Amino acid sequence: MSSEHPRPRRRSAHASLTAHGEPWVWLTGGALALSIAMITGLLLFIAARGAATFWPAPLELVEAAAGRRALGEVSAREAARGDAGGRRLLRIANFELTGNHFEWFDDGAISATTRPPWATAVERLEGGRFHGFPVRLLHGTEVVAEGPEATWAAFEREHGPVRRRWRETVRIDKHDRGRLQRELRAARLAVVQAGLDADDDAGRTPAVVAAEAAERETAGRVEAAVALLDERTAALRGQNAGWGLEMETAEGGRKVIPLEAIVRAWQPNRLSFTGKLGVYGSRWGEFLADDPREANSAGGVFPAIWGTVAMTLIMALLVAPFGVLAALYLREYAARGPVTTAVRIAINNLAGVPSIVYGAFGLGFFCYGLGAGIDELFFRASLVADKQPTFGTGGLLWASLTLALLTLPVVIVATEEALSAVPNSMREGSYACGAGKWQTIRRIVLPRALPGIMTGLILAMARGAGEVAPLMLVGVKKLAVDLPIDGTFPFVHPEREFMHLAYLIYDVGFQSPNSQAAQPMVFTITFLLVTIIVLLNVAAIWLRSRLQRRYVAQQF
Amino acid sequence: MSTNVEPSSTRDAPSGFAGGPGSGAAAAAGAAGDRLVAVASGRDVPSELHPEVREETPVLEIDRFNLWYGAKQALHGITMPIPNNKVTALIGPSGCGKSTLLRSVNRLNDLVQSVRITGDMRLNGDSIYDPRMDVIELRKRMGMVFQKPNPFPMSIYENVVYALRIDGETNRAVLDEVCELSLRGAALWDEVKDRLHDSALGLSGGQQQRLCIARAIAAEPEVLLLDEPCSALDPIATGKVEDLIQELRGRYSVLIVTHNMQQASRTSDYTAFMYLGRLIEYGPTTGIFTKPILRETEAYVTGRFG
Repeated sequence: MSSEHPRPRRRSAHASLTAHGEPWVWLTGGALALSIAMITGLLLFIAARGAATFWPAPLELVEAAAGRRALGEVSAREAARGDAGGRRLLRIANFELTGNHFEWFDDGAISATTRPPWATAVERLEGGRFHGFPVRLLHGTEVVAEGPEATWAAFEREHGPVRRRWRETVRIDKHDRGRLQRELRAARLAVVQAGLDADDDAGRTPAVVAAEAAERETAGRVEAAVALLDERTAALRGQNAGWGLEMETAEGGRKVIPLEAIVRAWQPNRLSFTGKLGVYGSRWGEFLADDPREANSAGGVFPAIWGTVAMTLIMALLVAPFGVLAALYLREYAARGPVTTAVRIAINNLAGVPSIVYGAFGLGFFCYGLGAGIDELFFRASLVADKQPTFGTGGLLWASLTLALLTLPVVIVATEEALSAVPNSMREGSYACGAGKWQTIRRIVLPRALPGIMTGLILAMARGAGEVAPLMLVGVKKLAVDLPIDGTFPFVHPEREFMHLAYLIYDVGFQSPNSQAAQPMVFTITFLLVTIIVLLNVAAIWLRSRLQRRYVAQQF
Repeated sequence: MSTNVEPSSTRDAPSGFAGGPGSGAAAAAGAAGDRLVAVASGRDVPSELHPEVREETPVLEIDRFNLWYGAKQALHGITMPIPNNKVTALIGPSGCGKSTLLRSVNRLNDLVQSVRITGDMRLNGDSIYDPRMDVIELRKRMGMVFQKPNPFPMSIYENVVYALRIDGETNRAVLDEVCELSLRGAALWDEVKDRLHDSALGLSGGQQQRLCIARAIAAEPEVLLLDEPCSALDPIATGKVEDLIQELRGRYSVLIVTHNMQQASRTSDYTAFMYLGRLIEYGPTTGIFTKPILRETEAYVTGRFG
């Protein structure tokens, strides 16, 4: 069709930038890159600081003004600014001698800095670190070795057995003595319980008499066993006693450190790379497997790892059935109407409630409400005899329940989305085969929706594993002696309080007396917590992709 | 109670099409569109049933059946017997209610909240819409194949024996036998006998549809309901499914909805022509296509409208 006024030929699409959409590509790509950079940056920062904590840093011998000498690791530096010159923060240790763990030294006041090969860092059971030079190895009054080399060789020979004997005494104290104490307590509570079971005016019923007899017998047995244990520990301690490492400090003073009190010692200036790697590995091993020392600022975090993983798994086990069943009812069975809408709005708003409120609710309802009720019914003896509540105070069960409530909205919303995404044609196909509603849900809808449900669970676990505020109220302790899941029957102790890595970060970072030393620890604990959460998520994502391949994929 | 209804059934609700085919019919068929014009303006017209359909033994009797989606009436007084062991086709332009009628047979429309029914249907003498009728038991007596193949996210074996499993059958020998028979009956056995435990989602479109047919016949239904089974398939797969329907004829009673008139003429024994929710004419396929009673039917089958 020709026209008298042909329209001017339009410019091609290449010319119009906005038509091409290039600015949008740059904008969206840039936003994604920025997000990834921030996340990766944070993770790398945590990893770098966290992983560096246990690397043995070199010890510098610093000679400052007025003849002051100090031996320590440089842990921070400040550049020169204006009038003030640069200065460095030295970890001088030897707290009981110097009164400080860390000290600032002005760069200008330092006349010499050396790295003596025999400078030794010693980690002790109590009292923090010790920096010095090995002089002699003593056993009682006998001098076993003298001079740095001989002393160190003797130390390496004797330290191992001393540590083994020490660990044995710790084990005896914790496990064997603990078991006996528990038996004694159980017998004592049985007497109290028998007394409670009997009528008040019935006096000493046969049950009470029997319980008292059992208690006497148990007490006798326990006493004998404890005597044996005492003998054993005395023997072990006796063997360890007297062994001491005499060290000379940078200032020239001398101190004898009992070998039993030394966790490990190393000479960072002398060690080869493999040697340093050995120290690094051993410190990481201690971190992951041992109990904490020094008010959580040194030693290991094993109880906290155990507590975190146990709590997260129990929380996931609790939230999954509740959330899925609630979402199933809302989506499949409930009639559409104002009530359903109101319920859905309420659930969505639950997600916005601050977590400390959940903690307060958990404390009030679970601990003081349900827990007190359970104690009255089943654990009265403990209440009456020791005034110690079993379930009426914070513990693993209540903490997991509280966090399950916290993450419930996430699971419900994700499950509802997954159920909506199941194509209606599949449901109709099932009905047409003569299936009932529940059969259709169980065989067709739920398997198809499982990947989406897993997504909800992953989000819930990630959120729950990092919450601190509610935990502080319902069951986390600064230092817990027993693990909530251990080898003693019934193996899971839902009433015990536990330690948690997230709470440890707060406690170590802000509540510890030696905050400078604790700072690297905070990074390491953060690194560990992030790693654990990543591992849990990776496991869940792997499971989800397997379910996805099985039930959803290969659709044309 | 379900949220989304099958697209085909909403298409059948007489929504925007009242004007289109009606006016097109009137324009194209001229005087022959009298009945259709009457129907389009809302008047009732009697259906024309050929004498042959009344002589057959019916497996399904539809008796003055009306259906409303909310306030809109989708089916007007449908009365027709569906013969036993024969293939009956429902044809008509889009929106005439064929899929709605089909879905009403196994009460799938119960799932739509706004649906209202009057009238009745009888399956081998049992009233379908009796309030005491157990819907689940009823649906087990029928099999249905949908427009878009909808295999379950399970293995091929599990798909075929699904109806038996939900009935509680666990005997492995029985399930195996039924699976083989159904897959043979659906002309799929040779293609899948080596991969019965692979996911059904990995089959091609035509194979999936034949799997759905196998699933539908596994429970030996009294009536097989096919809702445009070939419309989502390519011509070769369509041909295979049509051959399958030919084989099923004589062993099963089949009610098939199709918008493809050539398919209806190829595969069915009886054909019913519907328009805007009413049954216009119903008779043997050869009769409908070569000697229809009504001019309106002739106009439709010769392609002058629709």
